[in-house]
Amino acid sequence: MLKNRIIPCLDVKNGRVVKGINFLGLKDAGDPVEQAKIYSDGGADEICFLDITASNENRDTIYDVVKQTSEKCFVPLTVGGGVRSVEDISKLLNYGADKVSINTAAVENSKVVIDSSKKFGSQCIVVAIDAKKNGDKWEVFTHGGRNNSGIDALEYAKQMEENGAGELLVTSMDRDGTQVGYDIDLMSKISSKVNIPIIASGGVGNLDHLVDGIKLGNANAVLAASIFHYGKHSIKEAKEYLDSKGIPVRI
Amino acid sequence: MNVTIVDYYSGNVSSVLNSFKEAAKYKPNLNIKIKLSNKLEDIKNADKLVLPGQGSFKNCINSLKGIDGLEEILKEQVLVKKKFILGICVGMQMFADYGEEDGGSEGLGWISGTVKKIKIFPEHADVTKLPHIGWNQVTFFPNGIPIAEKFINRLDQNPHFYFVHSYIFHPKNTENYTRGETYYAGQKFMSAVIKENIIGTQFHPEKSGNDGLLMIQNFLTL
Repeated sequence: MLKNRIIPCLDVKNGRVVKGINFLGLKDAGDPVEQAKIYSDGGADEICFLDITASNENRDTIYDVVKQTSEKCFVPLTVGGGVRSVEDISKLLNYGADKVSINTAAVENSKVVIDSSKKFGSQCIVVAIDAKKNGDKWEVFTHGGRNNSGIDALEYAKQMEENGAGELLVTSMDRDGTQVGYDIDLMSKISSKVNIPIIASGGVGNLDHLVDGIKLGNANAVLAASIFHYGKHSIKEAKEYLDSKGIPVRI
Repeated sequence: MNVTIVDYYSGNVSSVLNSFKEAAKYKPNLNIKIKLSNKLEDIKNADKLVLPGQGSFKNCINSLKGIDGLEEILKEQVLVKKKFILGICVGMQMFADYGEEDGGSEGLGWISGTVKKIKIFPEHADVTKLPHIGWNQVTFFPNGIPIAEKFINRLDQNPHFYFVHSYIFHPKNTENYTRGETYYAGQKFMSAVIKENIIGTQFHPEKSGNDGLLMIQNFLTL
């Protein structure tokens, strides 16, 4: 039976982790490679790096991080943030990423998803959708949540599936950083709209939120950042909790 | 021992290379040298071969067959010299006679069968999504066959491996060899095959944590 995935996400800026795990004995809390290794050794089903480097001159730092991580972690590695073109995707894959997540570029130029999924296969193309509620629908935001594209998130999700995305990483802008739980309504609506797997993101504050994301939101995987940082919960605790609630996980 | 990972431009193979290098560290006495190459010389000189594969069946088989002399030398090393080969994902699928993806193409024909898209039966399925992405369990039926027993040595009863695919290998049931089975979306499918020296996994041992590394070590010691 297929297991639900738990994916810890690390924000990386200029090659350093911004919010990280604060474990005792960690030599360098800002080292993304070391943190990814702790997560993968702890049972993470996948690792996600979100590169939030703002300046162009430091953009190359992520490639070195990806290369080193792929030499030490033997679970799937997804990398997103600032991916603009098929060349960017190709470079990340060559440095050792298994999947690349595309956000703004997928909205601005549909060819990026179409061409990259044809060239590298849908299995490595994840489209990240940042959605914010407006009335009774959700709109897709770009540029790290700064710009409203006005596009309906549900229609967009379907379109991205048709363009060749292998998975959707759905983040609720309303919930992100609030720790009050995923936007279940958004997750379940998108999940029933598409036939590809969805990863729920944005708003996790406790382990019950992970349960809800899978049971009520029909997500196939759950992504979280802050509950795994600062040692609040380990991946193992999260998995044991999901297991106790009858959710299939890899233990 | 020389291990050649066959590089026929099927996409990113750095994960495969990294995992084999890592697994080789645990077998220092074998003096393992791992090479990523499509040079006929490196394939001839290899003691073991690895055939990765990403993307579509058609793209993979076309790229492989597009490299002058590659199919012939692989055939000689595998079918005549009986060197061990591990096909991963589309690498395993290409062992089949035929793959239906993208309008269909002939495979290598080393293991009888056809590669078809996973059918979803919503009324029986616990999940209805494609691709089949994530960690799933494999049940092996080694039946006391030494190579099969060695390939799964030290693994748990139903170990988890990482999958990402939409197509599966439908073997012709007339052939007798060891299989691994996995359940997804209301059906069981062949997720691993061990036919003498020809071994294939639909899943990715290179992305399957410690169990994956263990399986690669087992392959290296066959």
